[in-house]
Amino acid sequence: MNSSSPSIWQIMKSKGYSRREFLQFCSYAAVAAGLANSHLNAVVQAFEKKPRPPVVWLHFQECTCCSESFIRSSHPIVADVLLDLISLDYTETLQAAAGFQAEKCLNDTIKKYPGQYILLVEGSVPVKNDGVYCCIAGKTAEDILQESAKDAAAVIAWGSCASNGCIQAASPNPTGATPVHELINKPVINVPGCPPIADVMTGVVTHVLVLGHGPELDNQGRPKEFYSRRVHDTCYRRAYYDAGLFVEMWDDEKARKGYCLYKMGCRGPVTYNACSVTKWNGGVSYPIQSGHGCIGCSEAGFWDNEPFYQHLASFPGFGIESTADKIGTTLGIGALIGVGAHAVTTNIRKHKLIEEERKGTTDDSTTRETTAGQD
Amino acid sequence: MANASAATYQRVYVWELPVRFYHWVNALCVVVLIATGYLIGNPQSIFYASEAYQQYWFGTVRFIHFVTAFVFFFMFLVRIYWGFVGNAFARWTNFIPYKRAQVEEIGEVLKVDVLQTKLRGDISLGHNSLAGFIYFLSFLAFLFQSTTGFALYSSMSNALLPQMFRWIVPLMGGEFRVRQWHHAMMWFFILFAIVHVYLVFYHDYIEGRGTTSSMVGGWKFLRRSDHD
Ligand code: HEM
Ligand code: HEM
Ligand code: SF4
Repeated sequence: MNSSSPSIWQIMKSKGYSRREFLQFCSYAAVAAGLANSHLNAVVQAFEKKPRPPVVWLHFQECTCCSESFIRSSHPIVADVLLDLISLDYTETLQAAAGFQAEKCLNDTIKKYPGQYILLVEGSVPVKNDGVYCCIAGKTAEDILQESAKDAAAVIAWGSCASNGCIQAASPNPTGATPVHELINKPVINVPGCPPIADVMTGVVTHVLVLGHGPELDNQGRPKEFYSRRVHDTCYRRAYYDAGLFVEMWDDEKARKGYCLYKMGCRGPVTYNACSVTKWNGGVSYPIQSGHGCIGCSEAGFWDNEPFYQHLASFPGFGIESTADKIGTTLGIGALIGVGAHAVTTNIRKHKLIEEERKGTTDDSTTRETTAGQD
Repeated sequence: MANASAATYQRVYVWELPVRFYHWVNALCVVVLIATGYLIGNPQSIFYASEAYQQYWFGTVRFIHFVTAFVFFFMFLVRIYWGFVGNAFARWTNFIPYKRAQVEEIGEVLKVDVLQTKLRGDISLGHNSLAGFIYFLSFLAFLFQSTTGFALYSSMSNALLPQMFRWIVPLMGGEFRVRQWHHAMMWFFILFAIVHVYLVFYHDYIEGRGTTSSMVGGWKFLRRSDHD
């Protein structure tokens, strides 16, 4: 570690924060990182002694909703401290520097702190047509990503764009939008969601800051502590689901009673996120609590699973209105008609055969045998 | 020409007990899985008069689907095993048309089934080659349905078996897609059941060898006089 850079406590002190505020921050950070109370000491010590890790936050093809979400963290002190003090040697949307100055910040950080800085990426990287669809300071997004990721201590992919491509990667993906983990060969912490929940974001960053390594990940690179359960598993409307009480139409009696939104296309049963536990905006609400089904925004390819208000997506290649059930029903009826028609012609033939056999005029050896057998 | 040579039939034991037992348990499972699966995908508005704490019907439907799914899956494994140790009619070789004669028989049966031409001579006593091949395709469908089903189930259970299918989810592009394909595949089973049951009856008639009852008693009938 570069001992020349000050620790978080030193920075906070110089900015006028009190020791009490520092400790408060430490305990928030410990909670956000999912640490037990008994580990608080370790956090305090880390923030007192360890030099602050520089943080670079890159923006590519995105809408900045991840940043917007982040600054609305329910423990503002965490986000404040992260943004004001610890972090952000470079971030296009919030930095004061511009132009060459800004680019110099980025280069300096990468050069001065190899293996120490944390890289946060917001947005997907277009790779089609040599990456012309997203260039910053004359360089393509992919070049910038490769340069910055090479010596990063940890890479976090913010939001669905960076973790799975999100809307830019929706079919037909005109710019070749690609998630970060497919471009660099380093472990990437995926924090999907459009946007991810602020508290999840601060939780992941503080985990990396406090412990110096990322949280445990699942097979899709997502932190298990936030993404191991479905929205459905802890949804407060779950009792209605099990009881088979569903909203059938927006604003019907059942919607007013707050029944389960499964039939309105709720993606809760197929979506891994912490919404129904942490909720949003400081625990105020989350989509289902506000009466709208989950659209599955933290799942890869969720834009291609439209329409959102239908349990099943429209069937690929058969137009918007066609679900698998409509096509299946048509085929099923077709099969029944086919079988019925077949049975009719078979029976006509069969009766002819029986008639011929009765008259004994048939010259088919098989039937003659049979007739003989019956005599 | 011998005009009235009495046809004699030889009783041939084609479907051993495991095959018959498998067949009916499987058929029952598939019917139950289709019915409960359809309800899971399209829950009907019933019992709206009572409150959530008074009922659990949707949960029960899902429970029946899962229990039946386990029976379905393990019976399927048993059938695969029997395909290696069972009698000649149950062997896996009946299901894959790798011999010329099998391919030709597929053509012949297609003519008989679709164009309704007269059956010339006798086709295989066990599964005819077309039927066998269709069963092979349905075994693949069984496999697909079990794989996607257990992959979906892995989000509700930490048991070893479903967890072994967890990797399917990212492979198919997320759980929504898995569900979508699992649901769409239901229609294969519905179509299969319609056509299969009809063709069993149809072949019962055109072959005249007791096809339908063979899956109950195990015997089919080989015409002796052909060889006299
Ligand atoms: C013939 C075989 C089967 C058929 C026809 C069938 C059909 C279906 C259908 C139509 C659905 C509803 C999908 C939707 O939400 O739209 C479903 C759900 C499901 N099936 Fe199957 N299935 C079969 C076998 C299996 C097997 C072998 C398993 C293995 C465990 C399985 C596990 C599941 C699970 C976990 C769900 C999701 C239930 C939920 O959302 O709670 N299925 N099935
Ligand atoms: C009334 C209903 C049914 C009857 C009478 C029936 C009868 C038969 C008969 C006679 C065979 C042997 C056909 C042959 O000689 O090739 C057979 C095979 C088979 N049937 Fe059915 N079936 C019925 C329903 C079903 C259903 C609902 C399924 C569902 C998937 C099913 C799946 C199969 C399979 C997989 C085989 C191949 C069996 C094996 O070799 O193990 N059947 N059935
Ligand atoms: S509203 Fe959605 S997440 Fe909640 S119980 Fe119903 S289906 Fe599950």
